[in-house]
Amino acid sequence: MRAWRGCAWWFRGVVGADAYERYLAAHHRGGHTHPPMGEREFWRAHVDHQERHPQGRCC
Amino acid sequence: MLLVTDRERGVTMTTTSPGAGGTAGPDQQELPPAGVDDEVLDEQRRRWTPLRIATWTAIALLGGLGWVMLALIRGETVNAIWFVFAAVCTYLIAYRFYSTYIERKLLRPDDRRATPAEYAENGQDFVPTDRRVLYGHHFAAIAGAGPLVGPVLAAQMGYLPGTIWIVVGVVLAGAVQDYLVLFFSMRRGGRSLAAMARDELGRVGGAAAVVATLAIMIILIAVLALVVVQALGESPWGVFSVAMTVPIALFMGFYLRYLRPGKVGEVSAIGVALLLLAIVAGGWVAESGLAEWFTFDRTTLAWGVVIYGVVAAVLPVWMLLAPRDYLSTFMKIGTIVLLAVAVIVVRPDVMAPAWSEFAGDPAGGPVVPGPLFPFLFVTIACGALSGFHALISSGTTPKLVEKERQTRFIGYGGMLMESFVAIMALVAAVSIDRGIYFAMNAPTAATGGTVETAALWVNSLGLAGVNITPDVLAGTAQAVGEQSIVSRTGGAPTLALGLANILAQFFGGAALMSFWYHFAIMFEALFILTAVDAGTRVARFMLQDAVGTVVPKFRDMSWRPGVWIGTLVMCGAWGGILIMGVTDPLGGINTLFPLFGIANQLLAAIALAVCLAIVARRGTVRYLWIVLVPLVAVAVITVTASLYKIFSPTPGVGYWAQHFAYRDAIAQGRTSMGAAKTPEQMEAVVRNTFIQGTLSIVFLVLTLVVITAAALAALRSVRAGGFPSAEREAVPSRIYAPSGLVPQAAEKELEKRWLAEVGAPSRTGGH
Repeated sequence: MRAWRGCAWWFRGVVGADAYERYLAAHHRGGHTHPPMGEREFWRAHVDHQERHPQGRCC
Repeated sequence: MLLVTDRERGVTMTTTSPGAGGTAGPDQQELPPAGVDDEVLDEQRRRWTPLRIATWTAIALLGGLGWVMLALIRGETVNAIWFVFAAVCTYLIAYRFYSTYIERKLLRPDDRRATPAEYAENGQDFVPTDRRVLYGHHFAAIAGAGPLVGPVLAAQMGYLPGTIWIVVGVVLAGAVQDYLVLFFSMRRGGRSLAAMARDELGRVGGAAAVVATLAIMIILIAVLALVVVQALGESPWGVFSVAMTVPIALFMGFYLRYLRPGKVGEVSAIGVALLLLAIVAGGWVAESGLAEWFTFDRTTLAWGVVIYGVVAAVLPVWMLLAPRDYLSTFMKIGTIVLLAVAVIVVRPDVMAPAWSEFAGDPAGGPVVPGPLFPFLFVTIACGALSGFHALISSGTTPKLVEKERQTRFIGYGGMLMESFVAIMALVAAVSIDRGIYFAMNAPTAATGGTVETAALWVNSLGLAGVNITPDVLAGTAQAVGEQSIVSRTGGAPTLALGLANILAQFFGGAALMSFWYHFAIMFEALFILTAVDAGTRVARFMLQDAVGTVVPKFRDMSWRPGVWIGTLVMCGAWGGILIMGVTDPLGGINTLFPLFGIANQLLAAIALAVCLAIVARRGTVRYLWIVLVPLVAVAVITVTASLYKIFSPTPGVGYWAQHFAYRDAIAQGRTSMGAAKTPEQMEAVVRNTFIQGTLSIVFLVLTLVVITAAALAALRSVRAGGFPSAEREAVPSRIYAPSGLVPQAAEKELEKRWLAEVGAPSRTGGH
């Protein structure tokens, strides 16, 4: 069970499914006073960010 | 930006390290040290307990045995498991000894310094990421169709030369390049290779590096697209299932945008299920009356890919690119694990000899022309050394690294995994019948295109133990659900056949043979199309950035006319080469693939040249050889290959020799020669060889400019006794994590201390 959970956690991280949780954690760590973005809002900002910062994919 | 010299670094660090106190603000608690002392780690690494000695002796012996079985034992067929032992044991030894040597002597990471992910954290692209997750992430970004295709084509020389280069090349060159670029970019706030080239090589060298990178990306995208087109031509099953990836990705995009934002895992699982369904449905389509709707000749498909490239590059990222990237990552990790397990369980026998009849032939073989040196090295490309990786190692990954010491695991270790993928691709290629291999990979000009002519031609090659009948070729095509497998060049179909053979023995038997074949075609196409549209976008940004220095308006990446012009220029450039490749009478892949390999390796030479200039700034030559060995090797390989392509008098090898031979023939009034049967085809050969020959010259000149600029910069640095480095000022780190997959004792201890005094790290969903 622990191994399965570990695999699921790893896979989520690699695919990028945990981006929102990581954003929340980063927001929390940053000590900001304004509230964090909501989930829907974050994912929009996330892809908009990708739009401006394209990532290469290799051959 | 403040410049910190290497010698000053230690001083700066002792005054700003949080452990040393003094600089900690009132709201900052006293933290445990942010890294284990170098001496402690070194001491633990050098403590040779009997168990450790026994383990490493066993690894060395097993690896040695693997190499002996591959290289020296003749007679009976070799079992594929020896490839796994030889490669994996060599990787382990190189990782444990050589990469730590580079770490200790050359790079000297310092965990007390914050990484860009820590000091510039923004919750988007700068986020400290768990090392194991980042390893997978980095691997998914660097791996693709390249390491799968190159070794397949190189298998014409036999299995041994390819295996040696894939393993030795990665250890001394490929992994070193990835590691160095990742480390240097991380120390510079995640700067790109082009920006580092400008910093280190001055304006001329920097500009040459940018232009060379752009030109190289164009040829890389074009040849990757050509591989897809070659695999899908006249294949309704393949076309249907690959075409279905577009609506599947669109569905995923809308699902994530409007239905359930952020449920990436869920939608990826749905996407993979739909993908598998699309592969199965492709079989039904191929059997039904719908088949003709999905049967296209290669020229039409090539136009389709170009139009797709334009549309994908201008559509919003959320619609197509982002969801397809999730799907592709999912498939990449999944299929590679599946493949590794299958190869180990099935352990296929190898059909190819260690050195084939073509290994010693200066004209090369029918798959890739030219002698073993340098063309084997150029053909294998990505699996041993890939310049493209320098773009990833100086792009996404350095912004996510949590601790400096982890760059060894991610950079060096990540590339070892890619090399292992290449080894498995080689195993798949050499485990199919050699007659089938050559019938599939030689251009139509040689095989004649039908099973009868192909069988006749293969048997006329006089290969030891090869006697193929038309029935076998027809039967194989039928078994994988294709109309024909003759002259299915490009490597992808051969790999798919090899994988289908292995996977069918692992699961499903002959009944699932055609499913596994199209499964393999599908994932290769998926990887390639993802690389094509991500690459087009990156190249478009680079182009706009470069043009922006002259016309500032182009710098604005959301200015629509700029986006359209940039996209059309990029797609036009790679699309032109793609169309040229599919219509080439001489067989596009066979003439273009060497150019692809040369381009990729030249990019590696540029990346290593930049690393050389960076290292030389320290003013000492002592450890410069670590960079010089791969740089000189790759420079010699690519320059020799380029010179062959430009000056070789053999028409099969030299582009210009071919060009002038056909021009003379036309001047003499001949209407057909060799593979060109009509005056139009003669004209096409003249035109194509002109373009290919010109590109060879452009690549060579640009790279020589970059290498010369780097060598001059390095010489200046060494003469002056060192220059300040362009690294960012050191910021003290306030987080800690171990460096490798398995933490050392001292690292475990420190991690526990952090856990007790500071609490669990809040990164990556807390784990």
